[in-house]
Amino acid sequence: MKVLAAVKRVVDYNVRVRVRADGSGVDTANTRMAMNPFDETAIEEAVRLREAGTASEVVAVTVGDAGSEEVLRTALAFGADRALRVESDAPLEPLAVSKALAAVADREQPDLVLMGKQAIDDDSNQVGQMLACHLGWAQATFACAVTPADDELHVVREVDGGQRTVAVALPAVVTTELELNEPRYIKLPSIMKAKKQAIERLGLAEIAVDGSPRLELLGVSEPPPREAGEQVDSAAALVDRLKNEAQVI
Amino acid sequence: MGSEGAEREALGYDVVVVGGGPAGLATALHLVQQDGGEAPSVCVLEKGASIGAHLLSGAVVDPRGLDELLPDWRQRQAPVWVPAGQEVFRYLTGRRAWTLPTPPQMDSHGHYVGSLGELGQWLAEVAEAAGVEIYPGFPAAEVLYDDAGSVCGVATPDRGRQADGSPGPAFEPGVEIRARQTVLAEGAHGSLTQAVIGRFGLRREAQPQIYGLGIKELWEVAPERHDPGRVEHTVGWPLDTFTYGGGFCYHLDERRVAVGLVVGLDYENPYLSPFEELQRLKTHPAIRPLLEGGRRVGYGARVLPEGGWQSLPQLSFPGGVLVGDAAGFVDVPRIKGIHTAVKSGLLAAEAVQAALTEGQGEAADLGQRVEQSWLRAELRPVRNIRPAFRWGLLPGLAYAAAETYLLRGRAPWTLGHEPDHRQLKPAARCRPITYPKPDGRLTFDRTTSLFLANTNHEEGQPCHLVLDDPEIPTRVNWAIYHGPETRYCPAAVYDYEPDAQGQQRLRIEAINCLHCKACEIKDPAQNIRWTVPQGGDGPGYQGM
Repeated sequence: MKVLAAVKRVVDYNVRVRVRADGSGVDTANTRMAMNPFDETAIEEAVRLREAGTASEVVAVTVGDAGSEEVLRTALAFGADRALRVESDAPLEPLAVSKALAAVADREQPDLVLMGKQAIDDDSNQVGQMLACHLGWAQATFACAVTPADDELHVVREVDGGQRTVAVALPAVVTTELELNEPRYIKLPSIMKAKKQAIERLGLAEIAVDGSPRLELLGVSEPPPREAGEQVDSAAALVDRLKNEAQVI
Repeated sequence: MGSEGAEREALGYDVVVVGGGPAGLATALHLVQQDGGEAPSVCVLEKGASIGAHLLSGAVVDPRGLDELLPDWRQRQAPVWVPAGQEVFRYLTGRRAWTLPTPPQMDSHGHYVGSLGELGQWLAEVAEAAGVEIYPGFPAAEVLYDDAGSVCGVATPDRGRQADGSPGPAFEPGVEIRARQTVLAEGAHGSLTQAVIGRFGLRREAQPQIYGLGIKELWEVAPERHDPGRVEHTVGWPLDTFTYGGGFCYHLDERRVAVGLVVGLDYENPYLSPFEELQRLKTHPAIRPLLEGGRRVGYGARVLPEGGWQSLPQLSFPGGVLVGDAAGFVDVPRIKGIHTAVKSGLLAAEAVQAALTEGQGEAADLGQRVEQSWLRAELRPVRNIRPAFRWGLLPGLAYAAAETYLLRGRAPWTLGHEPDHRQLKPAARCRPITYPKPDGRLTFDRTTSLFLANTNHEEGQPCHLVLDDPEIPTRVNWAIYHGPETRYCPAAVYDYEPDAQGQQRLRIEAINCLHCKACEIKDPAQNIRWTVPQGGDGPGYQGM
């Protein structure tokens, strides 16, 4: 089985982002970037499938600018065999990303595409679903367990109020939850090795994908600051304040 | 914690540099820059998740070091481009501000206002392009010694240990980086540096190191208040006259202003809280208007060495050298240490290169190289100024003026230091200090502030702040000093809670730690040990 794992470079989850003063977006200059945590579980799962002998090759792919090759190096350090970047200097919308990944899938012919259920920067949660649609493949989203069984995969999905196990025929697209696995600590020697590996590149034009935006961003703003709390002396005072001042009871 | 239960992999380099700050990066870059012969293989280990994540400084940068390291740094778009302009030195009382003549050491002419974190990121890019291997997220946690007792490299910490120290499911043992020379560039009070200084007795002929704790906030101010390049320093209020320290406001580019306070850790009153002193400083009528209408975007803290020339330890040891703040190269009256860090790195690179070429185990002439450089010419004449402030602010200023204008640094005496941890007086003999409550707009509490430091430590790992004796906090720190760590720690790591018997017990929230090292320095019983947590943990500073 050949696995394609899609990864995205996002602002590190520990970083508190700042909205630009003019409200045109989030300031990412000099901001610490990292692999989208959901994609980490996807690449980890792909490498585990290969280590278990189920997968024969793991190819990591990302869509982005030259800086995003950093997450491909991380993917190689996790244990991916090859890495490929679809070049786009401007950030793409989910539809264009899904088309780019579909073109890559056409060239690579994987049996399984693994990717995070969403990226923590725009939280769109669309690319996996749209990719399955472009390819006409089966899809299993929100995976928290993946078990290969003959020509299909048994995938436990996180759904409202519980879990649902589905069987999908291959080829398929599976999007991952954080509960799927605990990504390994990357070894320093693996990072050193990954630095020296080649990364393949593919232009958007080469795969005939139109990256022009279809959405217009009107503005980005921070949530209003919360008023500071106040400590009251007694339960009676609390009830009084809730009743008469806040008027919630 | 050793390597029990798992074999560690070992990697080999000519030189390993511990710490990706200005001193370490300058050393690494200069090692691969040198003409003639094959460049040595150089590896830089950095405990922060990225270069710059753990760097914090004012900063007004004297370009002298950069000029020597990369003479074309201006053409290469180094992120140091706001020339220092209008300069003000003020003495504050509770309500008033008196402008003092700017001492010659504080003349910022020809200097630049910038962010050390951004400078570090840029230096790292230049060094990587020149062939240095840089690995952020991988700290050095242990010094390796060979059979002869010489340093032969360092080891990264194990990852995936559980709180009790046992290996967890994702356990990954550390890696040994073996090198012919080890450059310790950990910054002020580095944990490996302290171990090596102790083992080889490098401080035998030096005064103890003393420190200041610098706490800094980065603000985005209203456009009409922004004066790029403006440099302000204050002394006096809110600190009392016997506490050494001072405030600063530096105007960077893009409406950014760095506001901070440095407090000498030789302060005596255990009730003093450097964090709250900075909050008070911002409310002074001379500073408040600058910040009103702005928003705070960054927060952080770090100690800096203040011992000066007489506190420099022996700089070389078998198998390695000390550079930058790890050694203590700060020009204290000028409150500048970046140019000296870079210069010490340059000299160290040359000494290390010579030792490698000649097959010597110790770059023993580094001390001599420093003696013959402008580092001595800059640092030695001002060595008595900082210690004179133990007599109080005004006598200190008067002595500083006499040293500068009359003696011109040629005083035949050298004033010494006492370690900072011995300076606290028992709480019973001190006046409690009541600090005003934060207003949430200009002044804040520690927890809100930490949010802007992006600090984190992966949960479930062993606590990296270790008490040698868990009873001492209750018996000594609380009973005698009323828990000073709850006040000097700028990260709300320490707190006291009564146990079932009503005894006050110290609680350690290591997850908040900013890696400033104040606790290991100031703890009166020297009972707190700062050890290296898993890689990538700690603050995530941006533009600090």
